[in-house]
Amino acid sequence: MILRVFLWILGALVLGGIVHLSTVLAMPQAAKQDAYARLAPVAPVNTMTTLAAPTAQAAVMPFMDPAFAVAVCRYDLSNAPLKLTAPVSQSYTSVTFYTRNSVAYYAINDRAAGRRTIELDLMTTQQHADMPEEEDVTAADRLIIESPTNAGLIVLRALAAEPGLMAMARRALGAAQCRVEPQAKP
Amino acid sequence: MRLFLGSCFTLVLAAAIGLGATWLTLTRGVAFGALSIGAWTAWPRSGSVDIDPYARATIARTGELPVGTGDGVAFYARSDDTGNPFDGRCSFAISGLSPAARFWTLTLYDLEGRLVANAIDRHSFTSAEIVRDAEGRFIINIAPRARPGNWLPTGGIERFVLVWRLYDTPIGVATRTTKEGPMPAIVEKSCS
Repeated sequence: MILRVFLWILGALVLGGIVHLSTVLAMPQAAKQDAYARLAPVAPVNTMTTLAAPTAQAAVMPFMDPAFAVAVCRYDLSNAPLKLTAPVSQSYTSVTFYTRNSVAYYAINDRAAGRRTIELDLMTTQQHADMPEEEDVTAADRLIIESPTNAGLIVLRALAAEPGLMAMARRALGAAQCRVEPQAKP
Repeated sequence: MRLFLGSCFTLVLAAAIGLGATWLTLTRGVAFGALSIGAWTAWPRSGSVDIDPYARATIARTGELPVGTGDGVAFYARSDDTGNPFDGRCSFAISGLSPAARFWTLTLYDLEGRLVANAIDRHSFTSAEIVRDAEGRFIINIAPRARPGNWLPTGGIERFVLVWRLYDTPIGVATRTTKEGPMPAIVEKSCS
């Protein structure tokens, strides 16, 4: 009798472990309020949108850094690659790329970019492979990023080292653009 | 009959164990590869594609975006150096030297990651606006009521989280010891 109860409990433990692991793995797909879903109503697809600064009353996402002006491009690469142009602000500026499920797969800051303007081409692995070879050569100085997913987020952050500099940081982000590249001529 | 009862018992227990463990790990913010320095803990791998399934599930549930590895690293503290959990009705002092980073910010949130309302509308400090002494040391007072110097108000809420974000920093996945990245100390001053 005791052995039987023990076996039932052992079975429950094993089954419980499976339930635990599968719910953890399924969470990113099942989450209804992840960052992408929160940004969907405020950020149109393939357009750079400057987000409202977080306040105690309202914030687009939790744990936003209030010292930063933030602009988001919610991208969809299913039709064509994307071109990102972001002028570097006076202070610290960074660009982070996230997959549809909020995994940061690439991040670069103004110093690493080493220019006054950060220029990047974002495409899927397939689109990169389909690129004509000559174009790849002429584009030697172009920074090409491969997105692991068709959809995702590009997040631009510009630091306002003091609250008085926030307007300037937001203006710098206002000049940033993300747009679908015009299709190559046939 | 006994078989039926046994399987029912097993299935219910399995669901309780599995879902309970998931709920616990996701609300506590369990993740692998933690880097703890004093009261501060960071998960540098959460800002890269090497993010583990637990951190992935946690950010999907909360809806936040982690700081990318090429951008910086975020350290979280929920208690002082001796392990007392932060209480917004008490006052704490953070003191030390700036960590190795081009810029840093220190922000106070409630447990859900919202900023906390207060009279002077201050939610964070950046490395550029902090008042330092001649040797570059600083003290940040975290208290419900006004303090001279660098005052970060708690708004009197019960529990809060401090997030120290280092931008453009050598501290990251490869950092192993406290010596490589000394972090400021957190001490409880008084409790009213």
